[in-house]
Amino acid sequence: MRKAAIAALVTSALVTTACGSGADDPAEGGSDGRGPITFATLKDGTGTVPELVERWNSEHPDQKVSIVELPEDADGQRQKLVQQAQTKSGAYDVVTIDLPWNAEFAARRWITELPREQFDVDGLFQAPLRGSEYRGKLYSIPHFTGSAMLYYREDLLNKAGVQPPTTWEEMRAACEKVLALPEAKDASCYAGQFDKYEGLTVNFSEAVASAGGQVTDEQGNPRLDTPEAKAGLEFLVDGFRDGTMPTEAITYKEEEGRRAFQQGKLIFHRNWAYIYALMNATDGSSGVAGKFDVTVIPGKDGPGVSSLGGNNLAVSSFSAKQATARDFIAYLTALETQLEHARGSAYPMTRTEVYSDPGLREQYPYLTVLKEGTENARPRPSLVRYGDASTVIQENVYAALNGDKTVDAALSAMQQGLTEIAKES
Amino acid sequence: MNRTGRTAALLLSPTFLVLTLVVGYPLVAALRESLFRSGDELDESGFIVSGERFVGLDNYAGALGGSAERFWNAFANTTLFTGTTVAAEVVIGTAMAVVMHRAMRGRGLVRASILVPWAIPTAVAGLLWRWIFQADGVANSLLGADLLWTADGWPAKFAVIIADTWKTAPFVGLLVLAGLQLISADVYEAARLDGANAWQQFWRVTLPLVKPALLVAVLFRLLDALRMFDLPFVLVGAQKGSVETLSMLAWDEANQVRYGPAAAYAVILFLYVAAVAFVFVKLLGADLLGDRRARRREVPS
Repeated sequence: MRKAAIAALVTSALVTTACGSGADDPAEGGSDGRGPITFATLKDGTGTVPELVERWNSEHPDQKVSIVELPEDADGQRQKLVQQAQTKSGAYDVVTIDLPWNAEFAARRWITELPREQFDVDGLFQAPLRGSEYRGKLYSIPHFTGSAMLYYREDLLNKAGVQPPTTWEEMRAACEKVLALPEAKDASCYAGQFDKYEGLTVNFSEAVASAGGQVTDEQGNPRLDTPEAKAGLEFLVDGFRDGTMPTEAITYKEEEGRRAFQQGKLIFHRNWAYIYALMNATDGSSGVAGKFDVTVIPGKDGPGVSSLGGNNLAVSSFSAKQATARDFIAYLTALETQLEHARGSAYPMTRTEVYSDPGLREQYPYLTVLKEGTENARPRPSLVRYGDASTVIQENVYAALNGDKTVDAALSAMQQGLTEIAKES
Repeated sequence: MNRTGRTAALLLSPTFLVLTLVVGYPLVAALRESLFRSGDELDESGFIVSGERFVGLDNYAGALGGSAERFWNAFANTTLFTGTTVAAEVVIGTAMAVVMHRAMRGRGLVRASILVPWAIPTAVAGLLWRWIFQADGVANSLLGADLLWTADGWPAKFAVIIADTWKTAPFVGLLVLAGLQLISADVYEAARLDGANAWQQFWRVTLPLVKPALLVAVLFRLLDALRMFDLPFVLVGAQKGSVETLSMLAWDEANQVRYGPAAAYAVILFLYVAAVAFVFVKLLGADLLGDRRARRREVPS
């Protein structure tokens, strides 16, 4: 009850300053407040995060952190956070957001600006860090990151005597040889995630970036009227048309694609790091354990450019204990903590040094590839109306893949739709 | 008279109070919300201008004008799903009820197994059917086809209709079964004595007598199907034109923090549901809401 009263007080203080009355001290007690806080995070199946929180709690008995789990799917997670923000609830002090929501949450004043010097930002990957800024100011700290990797059937490639590809052309050529093998007669060449959901935006942005283009520039203006963007979309559309990608890939999300690769239906597959351990499981669930390897995703004329995945940590504007919240984020993203975190769970961390740890490299053989991918990766468009932008992209790319729209028509429709969105935000 | 009237009003007032709170308030709040808009402008430093502004019927104009194509598509989907699933459920549900009503060995088991789909939460049922309908799933291997049920296309409509019928036919069956159990055995005996065969018994005796229960079931299902959300959402996915319903449209707007337009869609859906219910009651079920009981009471007096 008292907590609620404090929250209400802080909130009203925030609101009055937000409205520009200006006389009040911003967020009295809120921005410097200390005490027990709540950490809204995603479910951690490995139990590593609770352990790390436990250690913080034993060191800070008067500023204990309690964990609240957010729904597992991104939509549910977003809905929960939006609800809390709409009611200006101080129930969550530290919130976990998807990287592309950073701009929107910042513009809505749902999360607070963070002082760079507190978080040792130099050791972080630069791409996710850039994605965490809004109008030049830092609003969240990358906690997990992730770039796509190209999974390939090492056994079949060796048998056909081909090298892992670095370009789309090489990948097609490699497929031609591999698919001629009797073991691969029912397989298809390549698939990513092409169902109509956020993953399609990711795969499309990746294709455009891998062809040397970009979906939006630094100012958020769309750049889809370029030959590079066209080459990117054509790679996907032609892939479906000429059978490089199986028809059912239009229904693939991460898990469907993983299953297909595991069942030997794909030679090459674009996916995140989390599937590595699952596919290497020797309990009989995977048909490709020990038979695959990873490399950097291919591009048009050289290695491809991945879209960034990942989660960020931010301080809720409605929190009454923002100083503790900031300290806790600094603790959770410190090198020491990240090293320990990485030992306990396979989530890709956000500090580059984690990737050079010899012990971890042995534990996760894909770290080198992942590091290279993440260093070259590009954050998704940073737009306040990101959700709408993603909808426009999904709508048009999906229509192009289905053959309902030509590549040119889809690109110009996207260019127009995104221009409107960029103008308004 | 006046005194009894006042007592009646007093006694009914708690009911009215509760109705106002749980039905009236959300309705009025949604109506109000649908006339406002918020959070779509940025100030110079890049923050969203807080506060709502009154926009009159702009949200409705936007729904029926700017995004008319999406709206009418969702409207058509909602109507199609409602029409097909309710029709299929009435036929299958009645058949189920007749089977469940039969006195036979293992009746308890049959009844229980028919009701299982109804007991499964819709979201879980959606996931189950998603597995069945995936590209290498059971549906395709049974049919020997390569249909992409969960992609955005006509097979997705069928997938939703099939799954929804599977899920809610037992509900119709349950209500019809209750109706069947009220029919006395004498009527059938009389029909048999008059030489009616099984089909004539069903058509001339069972159906007319079970009609009141059936109409209630259909009305419930109509109202329910018009609000359909979770099944297409889980089974096929959000923002897929071929299965997007009006509820999904409202959810999508709300998820982008545009509560005004979301409320406008919700109000339009509410009006649609109300209109369908009104027409249904007027056309088919004039004695659905207790008039019949009133009449019955009048007869003896």
